[in-house]
Amino acid sequence: MSLAYETIATLRRRLLSKEIHPRDILKDLFTQIDAREKTLHAYTYLHRESALAAAEKADLSLPLGGIPIALKDNLNALGDPCTCASKILEGYKAPYDATAVSLLRQAGSILLGRTNMDEFAMGSSTENSALGLTRNPWDPTRIPGGSSGGSAAAVAGRIALAALGSDTGGSIRQPAALCGCVGLKPTYGRVSRYGLVAFASSLDQIGPLTRTVEDSALLLSVLAGHDPRDNTTDLRPPEKFLTQKNGSVQGLRVGLPKEYFLPGMDSETESAIRSAADWFKKNGATLVDVSLPHTPTAIAVYYILATAEASANLARFDGVRYGRRATDARDVLDLYHRTRSEGFGAEVKRRIILGTFVLSQGYADAYYRQAQKVRALLRQDFEKAFTQCDLLLTPTSPEPAFPLGERTQDPLKMYLADVFTISTNLAGNGAISLPCGFTKSNLPIGLQLIGPRFGEETILRGAHAFEQAHDFFQRLPPS
Amino acid sequence: MSTPAKWEAVIGLEVHVQLLTQTKMFCGCTNHYGDAPTSHVCPVCLGLPGSLPVPNEEAIRLTLLTGLMLGCNLAPVARFDRKNYFYPDMPKNYQISQYDDPLCAGGLVPLDPFLFPKEIQDTAEAKAGRSIRLTRIHLEEDVAKSFHFEDRSGIDFNRAGTPLMEIVSEADLRTPGEAFSFLGSLRQVLLAGHVSHADMEKGQMRCDVNVSIRPIGQKEFGTKVELKNLNSTSGVRRALTYEIARQIAACEKGEAIAHETRRWDDQAGATFTMRTKEKAHDYRYFPDPDLLPVRTDQGLLEAARTRLPELPTVLQSRLIQAFGVTAYQASVLGADRVLCAYFEKAAAQAKSKATVANWILNDFLSTQPDPATTPILPEFFGELADLVADGTINSAQAKKVFAELMANPASPREIVKRLGLAQISDVSALGTYCDEAIAANPRSVEDYRAGKTNAINALKGFVMKKSQGKANPLQVDEILKAKLSA
Repeated sequence: MSLAYETIATLRRRLLSKEIHPRDILKDLFTQIDAREKTLHAYTYLHRESALAAAEKADLSLPLGGIPIALKDNLNALGDPCTCASKILEGYKAPYDATAVSLLRQAGSILLGRTNMDEFAMGSSTENSALGLTRNPWDPTRIPGGSSGGSAAAVAGRIALAALGSDTGGSIRQPAALCGCVGLKPTYGRVSRYGLVAFASSLDQIGPLTRTVEDSALLLSVLAGHDPRDNTTDLRPPEKFLTQKNGSVQGLRVGLPKEYFLPGMDSETESAIRSAADWFKKNGATLVDVSLPHTPTAIAVYYILATAEASANLARFDGVRYGRRATDARDVLDLYHRTRSEGFGAEVKRRIILGTFVLSQGYADAYYRQAQKVRALLRQDFEKAFTQCDLLLTPTSPEPAFPLGERTQDPLKMYLADVFTISTNLAGNGAISLPCGFTKSNLPIGLQLIGPRFGEETILRGAHAFEQAHDFFQRLPPS
Repeated sequence: MSTPAKWEAVIGLEVHVQLLTQTKMFCGCTNHYGDAPTSHVCPVCLGLPGSLPVPNEEAIRLTLLTGLMLGCNLAPVARFDRKNYFYPDMPKNYQISQYDDPLCAGGLVPLDPFLFPKEIQDTAEAKAGRSIRLTRIHLEEDVAKSFHFEDRSGIDFNRAGTPLMEIVSEADLRTPGEAFSFLGSLRQVLLAGHVSHADMEKGQMRCDVNVSIRPIGQKEFGTKVELKNLNSTSGVRRALTYEIARQIAACEKGEAIAHETRRWDDQAGATFTMRTKEKAHDYRYFPDPDLLPVRTDQGLLEAARTRLPELPTVLQSRLIQAFGVTAYQASVLGADRVLCAYFEKAAAQAKSKATVANWILNDFLSTQPDPATTPILPEFFGELADLVADGTINSAQAKKVFAELMANPASPREIVKRLGLAQISDVSALGTYCDEAIAANPRSVEDYRAGKTNAINALKGFVMKKSQGKANPLQVDEILKAKLSA
């Protein structure tokens, strides 16, 4: 079997036993890439030569020694492009490593390529990429989800073993759910954001997309920890996750928030999630009905706060210092106007305008400041729920992957794709999405497990137990 | 200065101060001026995508120290905000500043009468002893510096992201002289705390001025005009003098004052419209999500407190009380901590401490010495004053000793010996000189005895000449009088 189908954990064992060499993994991956990338378009850039060179020098004694990993194209890696799938960063080469990238390098991993995304991580379908759309490996007429759609499609399509993504409102978990892989959004402050091109600074987190929960834990153990370059990282000492895997959920209190199970929701999704809940119950967990009463406000709060922060974060792309610069500008104001008009896509412009509006004098009280207050209430919802349970169990996405083009003209409908993931970003909690079933038309369905803040170990244990008791993670998309 | 009696000016200042930190405000780059353009930069201060700010604790401590020195209320929790506007010299197109929760609020700057312009130090305006209230002090990052060439512009990013402290006064100032003294008095405080060199001409302290006029007795403020491009304290004073006169002239002609920003042109000695403020800028401040709230009550404030220096006003009263110096001398000494330390060393053991102050502030200072490196030990001035006080030398000889001290630094006692200057105070030796004088000047003796007491001066002059100026003049006077009345 092609090594491209293996998990990181298995490959590491085989590497250490000298059964295989890192170049063998790359060879198999590139064979797969040559066969599938044309259809999927998961990558914006591939490091073919440098990866092969790195494989020859790989230090297998390191935790990820010899393991190739793909990066979402909004993570800075020294000397490599960092386009954020935007025309405005055309030709830009990162002059430094993101902390997450340098941690991967220090752990011995090999950079395989850069994955496609919605421009500046703004979107839920990867259709907002200036570099072309990415297709779902399970059905190439459908979207892979977004914004980390390239990462999810690459991992699920067996053209990457694992990839890093970023999650601001569901951008790791939703594409993981729609592509049938594992996506972990760590607790805000768990992983350094230094070097991740910011969309909404108070919501962004970097996390892994993998085939298995074990691989996810492996990557989180490398990425987690305080970074003196990121003031918002937590000070707790580094942890190793999922070191004991007994597969038990005995005594676990699993909360089912009623606001996440709505009449009229996609029936196949609902029944898969109900079955997952039943499995937890059958295996010794207690199911608890809980309420997160402010859930209906989450999308509104999110699109106020995230766009407000984005309007400032994206102000730096002005053509003065780097990236795309409009030619023949009359003066500096004209340079700004033209560079930004030509460089940004429609969704990015929409959000910058929205964010500028909600911060404007006369409106900030009604929008920005009001949303901050509601955000505090959302956070309290979670704190209260976690006095009653250890994990929350919900669908990741209200429905499986939808057809390409279906929502590109209806931004509001597109925004609803993140209805179950957005609250955790606002509250700062960690959450995972893992496969929990397939629709009749063979599309993956994602289960979301949300933990208390810094409760990743509980999340990973619960997810791992569920995963190992099922074969969803072993199913392959049609080739 | 001469505001027509009918009108009163209302002035508020916003002062930006560069802080003496090793590194920039939110990154580890060197905080230093004058090096090759854009040589102290990194992804953070260049605002590259993905970079994040981390606050410089020393800058926070220096701001808290300033707040302590100026009697501000210090916030237990402060926040950084983003101030949004596009400008080529601002890498992120937002500036990290403080809006709702600054580090310091309130506070006072006492106006030092001797830091008013020289020629008005004797006026009631200077002697009023006013203190100016502060609104707030906050911390922010500086922008880069643009240079404009014939066909293009360049930006030097060395200044981008360096710490900048903004001190905002209430509209308490009433005259250009007060504004002048405010800046000088504030600078003394900043120097005392080693917060900044605060030299306006080097851009280490920058100042925006808001000024309006109103009829005396009126409570409401007039329309405010903002003045920019003020590069020295005297420039601030000249600009205000011009602008107040301009506003009064306009009002007296019945014209309305426009709400605008005006640029001071130092060459022309006038202000010119820069931009009108019909459209107020909306900076869309919001808390910077990249930065945690700053807890000042967890060590930062305590650390600042341990660095509290002796404040200028406290130092001045101590100098007056302990050394008997004049208020003016106290102000001069207070303004130069190195000189002050030199003086204090010099006067410590001296019998006449006020005399030491005169030597140092009049004679020594006029030679433009560097008290930090001069080979003339401060103790020499104490010794010199003592030599006069104990009668070893007279004041004319002291001048000679001082000149020699400057030319060939050595202990004044040594110099007195070297030059053979010691005063003759031996009674029998002086008696001999006096006898000779009386014998050689019968005419003067007669005149003196006849009641012309001035005639004694001729006898004294004889003695001084005979003794080559070394006779103790007070003793000579005594001996002559005794002999003549015998």
